[in-house]
Amino acid sequence: MSVSVQAEDFDVGAELKVLSAGRTDIGAVVTFTGLVRDTAGGEGIAEMELEHYPGMTEKALAAIEAKANSRWQLQATRIIHRYGKLEPGAQIVLVAAASPHRGDAFEAAEFLMDFLKSRAPFWKKEGTADGGKWVDARDADEEALNRWS
Amino acid sequence: MQVLYFAWVRERIGVPREVVETSAETVADLVAELRDREERYDLAFSDMNAIRVALDQELSELSAPLVGVREIAFFPPMTGG
Repeated sequence: MSVSVQAEDFDVGAELKVLSAGRTDIGAVVTFTGLVRDTAGGEGIAEMELEHYPGMTEKALAAIEAKANSRWQLQATRIIHRYGKLEPGAQIVLVAAASPHRGDAFEAAEFLMDFLKSRAPFWKKEGTADGGKWVDARDADEEALNRWS
Repeated sequence: MQVLYFAWVRERIGVPREVVETSAETVADLVAELRDREERYDLAFSDMNAIRVALDQELSELSAPLVGVREIAFFPPMTGG
């Protein structure tokens, strides 16, 4: 289990190698990478700024990760979430789950992302031609949590 | 008590954090006290359905007591991932 909150970019391939280094019992690794899109609601986005709550963010991510590990048979998990100013195309978030079989890895990765969306203290601000606009939380993201309860 | 604000709550209030001396018993009491104090707080807290609160870095509720709390944070619904 490992969580990083950082401004720097990450290398998915390198993270995967670290996850499985020195072990031969892992049968499946599912990774999800979130990227900054260049449009939202038909409007062009020049940049995305991510604000977070230092201290609480790390705790919240670790709690979400622990929850996934208690629910599924996982051999390793990794969460990286970036903050600061990001350009379209930039990587925002990485979630990885390793398991003997793919079912647990797929479900755990989706669970982790669903919780990150609305339970990790990050706030996105889109930089458009008209200035900045805070991204509203989506009802669909909140509803996505219900299926795990 | 340390009071922290994030995202548009921070922008409306104008500071990221401040020390507030209060005898408010609950989060809701503190919000009412701040709203009475200045218009910028009144504006930031005008729709409490759009506000989330954390006590000592754990998500909490408006009705929660403030006894023993050192740090309280107000922010909009989170948009991570």
